Amino acid sequence: MATLIRGRRIASESAPSPEQGEVLRLEPTDDPASVADRLGRVARVEVNFPKFGDGRGFSIARLLRERYGYRGELRAVGQVGRDHLFYLESCGFDAFLLRDGEDAEEALAAFNDFSESYQASVKRPLPLFRRRG
Amino acid sequence: MYLYDPIDQRIVDERVKQFRDQTRRFLAGKLSEDDFRALRLRNGLYIQRYAPMLRIAIPYGLLSTRQLRKLADISRRYDRAYGHFSTRQNLQLNWPRLEQVPDILAELASVQMHAIQTSGNCIRNITTDHFAGVASDEIVDSFVWCEIIRQWSTFNPEFSYLPRKFKIAVNGSIGDRAAVAVHDIGLHALKNPEGEIGFKVLVGGGLGRTPMIGHVMREFLPWRHLLTYLEAILRVYNRYGRRDNLNKARIKILVKERGPDKFREEIEAEWAHLKDGPSTLIPEEIERVEKRFTRPKYEKLESDAVLPPLPGFDAWVKRNVHPHKVPGYAAVTLSLKKTGVPPGDVTADQMDAIAGLADRYSFGELRVSHEQNLILADVRSRDLAALWREARALGLATPNVGLLTNIICCPGGDFCALANAKSIPVAQAIQERFDDLDYLHEIGELDLNISGCMNACGHHHVGHVGILGVDKNGEEWYQVEIGGNQAPGALGKVIGPSFARADIPDVIERLIETYLEQRDSEAERFVDVVQRIGIEPFKERVYGNAHQRASDRERERALA
Repeated sequence: MATLIRGRRIASESAPSPEQGEVLRLEPTDDPASVADRLGRVARVEVNFPKFGDGRGFSIARLLRERYGYRGELRAVGQVGRDHLFYLESCGFDAFLLRDGEDAEEALAAFNDFSESYQASVKRPLPLFRRRG
Repeated sequence: MYLYDPIDQRIVDERVKQFRDQTRRFLAGKLSEDDFRALRLRNGLYIQRYAPMLRIAIPYGLLSTRQLRKLADISRRYDRAYGHFSTRQNLQLNWPRLEQVPDILAELASVQMHAIQTSGNCIRNITTDHFAGVASDEIVDSFVWCEIIRQWSTFNPEFSYLPRKFKIAVNGSIGDRAAVAVHDIGLHALKNPEGEIGFKVLVGGGLGRTPMIGHVMREFLPWRHLLTYLEAILRVYNRYGRRDNLNKARIKILVKERGPDKFREEIEAEWAHLKDGPSTLIPEEIERVEKRFTRPKYEKLESDAVLPPLPGFDAWVKRNVHPHKVPGYAAVTLSLKKTGVPPGDVTADQMDAIAGLADRYSFGELRVSHEQNLILADVRSRDLAALWREARALGLATPNVGLLTNIICCPGGDFCALANAKSIPVAQAIQERFDDLDYLHEIGELDLNISGCMNACGHHHVGHVGILGVDKNGEEWYQVEIGGNQAPGALGKVIGPSFARADIPDVIERLIETYLEQRDSEAERFVDVVQRIGIEPFKERVYGNAHQRASDRERERALA
């Protein structure tokens, strides 16, 4: 069974009401620029990861958050596994639909795999070298 | 030596814990074979022909004696008491047990080492000139810049699932000893007329199946923009690099398909958004990283010592001793290319002994060169004779650096599951054929590189002579190319149909004879002659002779 994680917790899914807007789904080949003007009116954006090793969605997420200012729910769907979660969250995802067969409780631990990152990211807008003080 | 701060250490420790858990889940059947492959590879763990292979990172080839002793210790306790230094300045263990790898990583972490991103479709170990910091033509100490890029690339969340592996090389001197033209990204440090440091940026070079020379994207990128510009390149590659065909997934194919000018425009367009953003480097960070490197405390020596006339010592000094920017000091290559030993292999006992030499003669540090030798970078010239005696007793003083028998060679079909053919026996047969040192020195500078398959781990395309193992209907054959060069980068040309393994030493001999006849002086190297007269005369000599031999054999058969 696929499990949804939202806000670092196991969440239950409810269909968005019409006034919340539509669900926008982006494939790895989609250009976030093409949906930029709709981002204020959507219930959530889903980015698909069709394969375990396909990392295009990481760049798409950063662009959505950093360049196009999207603030709503950003959900990773598809072949999303425990070992992606840390990177996904760093790139700006806040919801994760785990693929079938993932142990959801174990997956939650993945957010704490690393306590620090060198790079600037959505989660840590300043790189480590600007936070050392 | 870069010394970790508490955060560097914590990140490496957390990686050990993470990988231990991944291994546990795999062994418990919770991670599929395929998924675990993607995870273990980015920790340097391959499943090879006979056993797993673990590739341990030696960032930019720099190693302390404490670390080398730990590697010896690990190879004794978890492997077969030897290791193999690779062309990417890493160390490979060929016989570890899968379930013990987390323990090996924990041992490595105890000496500030790891196996992070030594494989997999991510940014690999950053390589550089093995004379960084001591070369007399230095512009910047490239180790500092390599470390800054190492930190930026380590677990970079956006660029951890790239279309394919990604290799960055940094060269900090006027001369290019890092082969920047044949990397996904090559950075060549420069100083502009105002004295500001920056980098010439090349993109899209590489070896492998489709060898290419990199294209210059920027003639001068000021240092503070280094990371944002790298981010722009990687983002364009991550989004648009081909993922449909493994053999077309490297950035060089994207650069070729777009054309370098169009590709440059794309990078510039992306960079326009990132430039001057938070990843822009600041002087404080460069200083901080510089200060975390230990520096040798050189003595004030008047000048280079007079070297004693000892038989054999001269040849070693000529080939294996290199100039140093500090008077009275020299850099020394310990050759791992002794005939009869697979190139780049060292035993655990040798590792301990080498650590002893580095402690006594070179401030407790050493470097791994991409030619698979070890470098003691800071030796007092008055100690050279004593060091030579000790190195000779250990079998590490073969005076062949830059010569034909200093062969770069991948592990090949003896170990590697990807190989089409064996490479180590070919190297040995050539070394045995050319065992006359006087002759070797007469031939002069010649890089001979061997790869067991088109993945080109042995860098055959940039050897003056390159040998490539190919598979023909299940048999091992060898293609020969000539005229390649590491810097300035040039790719070799195939001289013709491939050969059986037993014929290779003869072929090399014919090539050398042709060269010796054609060179205008001793100063004209093999590769210079190939570039001057082309491959035809070499080809005629080799195949003419091969043809001759075939007809000789036929005649013998007819007479029998």
